[in-house]
Amino acid sequence: MKELSLHILDIAENSIAANAKKIEIFVNENTINDRLMICVKDNGKGMDEEATKKIIDPFVTSRTTRKVGLGIPLLKAAAEMCNGNLTIESEINVGTTIQVSFQRSHIDRMPIGNLAQTILHLVIGSPQINWVFHYQVNEEEYIFDDMPIKNELEGLSLTEPLVLAFLREEIESGIKNIRPEFEY
Amino acid sequence: MPTINSLDDLKKIREEALKKRDVKNTAGQKQVIVGMGTCGIAAGARETMKAILETIENDNLSGIVVTQTGCIGVCEMEPIVQVQIGEGEKITYGKVDKATAQRIIEEHVVNGNVLKDKVIPM
Repeated sequence: MKELSLHILDIAENSIAANAKKIEIFVNENTINDRLMICVKDNGKGMDEEATKKIIDPFVTSRTTRKVGLGIPLLKAAAEMCNGNLTIESEINVGTTIQVSFQRSHIDRMPIGNLAQTILHLVIGSPQINWVFHYQVNEEEYIFDDMPIKNELEGLSLTEPLVLAFLREEIESGIKNIRPEFEY
Repeated sequence: MPTINSLDDLKKIREEALKKRDVKNTAGQKQVIVGMGTCGIAAGARETMKAILETIENDNLSGIVVTQTGCIGVCEMEPIVQVQIGEGEKITYGKVDKATAQRIIEEHVVNGNVLKDKVIPM
C-alpha cells in the first residue's frame, strides 16, 4: 500500500469486522513538532491481552478465509521506519484503539494520499456505522460526523447521486480547507 | 468550525431524491458490493469503488445501493465486485479495474446485461 489513507481504510475494515457501532478516525498533522498521528478507535467486540499482543504478528489473524493477516504488521513497519510507532489498546466488549505515529518530514514516510476518498468510501460502504472523522492541522480542526446527515436523510440511501455529491463535496472541502500546502 | 455545509441543503436533496426514486424504483433494489479487505485494497479496490461512485454521480443513477465487504476468500481475484438485482442471483466479478467497474454499473446494474467475460464462479 502506497498511501496512509489506504492503511486507514484497511485498519477501519478490522473495526467493521469487529461489529463496531461507532468508529472514530483521527488524523493529526503537526508541522511544528513534525509529527503525524493517525488513530482509529472503535467500540467493537475488542480483544484480550494475548490477542492484542499477537495481532502485530503477521501470522496471526481472526479472519477465517485466509490464515495470514498483514494489515497491521505492514503499517507498524512503515511507522518504525519513520521514527514512529504503532500501539494497540483493546478491551473485550469495549473496543479497540489503534494509534500510529510518524516523523512527518521523514523521507520514508508514505504520503497521506486521498484521505477524502477513504473517508467517503467508509461512510458510504458501511452505512450502519456511525463514522466520526477528525482532521487536525496544528490549531485548525475539521470534524465530520455522519449522524446528523443520516438523521436528516431518514433512511434515504447514501448512494443516491445527490446525496453522494453532497457527502463528497463536504468531506473534500473540509479537508482541503485546512490541509497544509506542502506534504513535507 | 462548522461540520456540515448546511442541513437545509440536505433537506432539499432528500426531497428531490425521493421524488426521483418514486418514478424509477420499480425493479427492486440494486445492490453493488465492493470487496475492501486488505487484499482488495492492496489490489486497488479503492479506485474501483471510486469509479463506481463516479459513474453513479455522473450518470445520475438513482436506486443503487453501494456497500463494502471484507475478504471473501478469493484474494487472487481482487478487486471483487458483486451485483445483486432484487432477489436475483448474486453475480461476482473479479479483477475489476476502473473501466470494468464503469461497465458493470452501466451494462449490468442499469441495463441488466451480465458481463460474462468478467464473472468468476463462486
